[in-house]
Amino acid sequence: MILKRLGVSVFVLLAVSLLVFVFTLMLPGDPAQAILGQQATPERLAALREQLHLNDPWYTRYLTWLGGLFTGNLGTSAATGGSVNALLASKLSASMVLLVISAVVAIPVGLLLGTWSAMRRGRASDQTLTGFSLVLAALPEFVIGVVLTTLLSTTVFKLLPSVTMAAPGMRVWDYPLQLILPSLTLILVVVPYMIRMTRTTMIDVLDSGYVEMARLKGLPERQVIFKHALPHAIGPVAQVVAMQLAWLAGGIVVVEFLFRYPGLGQAMVDAVNNRDVQVVQALSMLIAAFYVVVNLIADVIGILANPKLRTETRS
Amino acid sequence: MSLKNPMTPSTGQLAQQSFGHSESRGDARPVSFARRVLDQPAAKLGFVLTGLVLLVAVVGPFVVPAWTGYGSNSFAGKPFRTGVFGTDNLGRDVLSRFLEGGWRLLMYSALATVLGVGLGAVLGMFAAFRRGWLDAVIMRFGDVLLAIPQLVFALLAVTVLGPKGWVLVLVIGVTHAPRVARVIRSATSGVVSEDYVLASQMYAVPQWKILSRDVVPNIMGPLMVEVGLRLTYSIGAVASLSFLGLGMQPPTPDWGLMINENRIALSLQPWGVILPVIAIAVLTVGTNLIADAVAGASAGRVRSTRSARKKSATAARGVTATSPDPALSAAPAQGAAPGETPAPEQNATKEL
Repeated sequence: MILKRLGVSVFVLLAVSLLVFVFTLMLPGDPAQAILGQQATPERLAALREQLHLNDPWYTRYLTWLGGLFTGNLGTSAATGGSVNALLASKLSASMVLLVISAVVAIPVGLLLGTWSAMRRGRASDQTLTGFSLVLAALPEFVIGVVLTTLLSTTVFKLLPSVTMAAPGMRVWDYPLQLILPSLTLILVVVPYMIRMTRTTMIDVLDSGYVEMARLKGLPERQVIFKHALPHAIGPVAQVVAMQLAWLAGGIVVVEFLFRYPGLGQAMVDAVNNRDVQVVQALSMLIAAFYVVVNLIADVIGILANPKLRTETRS
Repeated sequence: MSLKNPMTPSTGQLAQQSFGHSESRGDARPVSFARRVLDQPAAKLGFVLTGLVLLVAVVGPFVVPAWTGYGSNSFAGKPFRTGVFGTDNLGRDVLSRFLEGGWRLLMYSALATVLGVGLGAVLGMFAAFRRGWLDAVIMRFGDVLLAIPQLVFALLAVTVLGPKGWVLVLVIGVTHAPRVARVIRSATSGVVSEDYVLASQMYAVPQWKILSRDVVPNIMGPLMVEVGLRLTYSIGAVASLSFLGLGMQPPTPDWGLMINENRIALSLQPWGVILPVIAIAVLTVGTNLIADAVAGASAGRVRSTRSARKKSATAARGVTATSPDPALSAAPAQGAAPGETPAPEQNATKEL
């Protein structure tokens, strides 16, 4: 079962790489021209084309590119002429910081509030929370970010820096204060979904026969929740968390751009503006790989948490 | 419209529910679908909010030079002049730009939604109806598309094809399609095993007729939910791309782009940012409220307090044709193997 899921993931990633690669073939311009500019001599263009393997048929180029992905060579940036690896290396850590902070805060908050809301179902507190999450869930991430900025940084209260300051050589976490707004935005965007999904999952579980049975046996409520209800909710909830983590990987694009945070998302927007396909491709693959891995983990957790599926694996 | 008593719809609702049980939602529906949607206060609020923004966006362009005194791109005064809403960084009137900046966003999101839901619905229905290799190919290809976040996919397309209107519509529509297809597929596979479909098949009714006459009316609920949800996401996606400077291009007046242009001066002249932000927020909240109300109505859940009992009834029935509630019912959890449906709850999650 787990092996089968692993196989599917590998297949999906390979297909994604093909899809991402096909985009380069649709590119109207000539990458060599883009790197060297308008004044390039035909000889230099030809030389660079040779160097970038642009004269090879598409499948050789695809295989070379794919091989590069496996060996950690992401290609050459058309805008800077440097290697994509060097461009992204420092930004990766900055983005990871943001991702980890947001995930570490958002996951427990989302799950706890969702469970709490499910247990108080129908009461005023549950309805308020559900309403709030419905409204927050509708808002695009940059709207939340701008509202937070006006509230906490520029107009109402002037507490936090609204843009990230990062001189070359400095690390983003040298000023922890500037991490607050971007992380808070990401948290506010993913938490409502986690609340909603945890709530519906928990309500389903709490209404089930085995929970009723446990209650009828006279078990204390806490034991009912933690020993009987929660283990059944783990599988579906893991899926939700995975979805949100994967969303975070895409959502950093907008949030980093908004706060001028020097991470992968900002790099991606810059690359799109420069029509720097190699960089956009590398980042797309990176984000897709993150998505696939996170989903794989969630499925494995789901399989392990569900006795029915577990026994299926053994037989 | 005049039904103010919240009990009336829900009792009608219960009657419908038990009715639907025995004969899989016949045509004899005591309360019409639209009425069930509208009977929820959230839906009314949603329609009012959406209507307000629609009004601004549609009427705005016609009143611009006349009411505000300035065209959307004409020079109105010094940069960052304070006034009713002041001027932007180039000295253009913020209010005029705001009034004219909404309709493109709405049009592109509507087109993307129509494209995405249409494509997804057709693919999902065919996948469920034909089964076999066609089903496998469609759904696996969908999985591949799902692995790239929507915005990232859009950025990839914009890099290659440039920031043009049709690129936005196409790429957002195409990325909606697999998500819609999954929902519609599961809704359809509940319907195609029903006796009336089998009967039609035995009478050798042509396939398109079965799909359009037997299947489509029975998956209207999830389909409408998808339209609402995808519209919300389309608005978010188009606005986000414009905000990134990769959607609408200057000097076009556009809400997303206005936020991008004016955010540098947020502390000096906040209106250029706040007006479009409010408009986009109200619009997406409005459409989301409508989508949620439609989901509630299609699942037979009228008030959230009642949802629990209904939901357990739905769960006991298992997957049925009558009321698949893709937006809110929990993942098909324990019974279904996650291996078969890698993401059972694709709908209520923020999509990438």
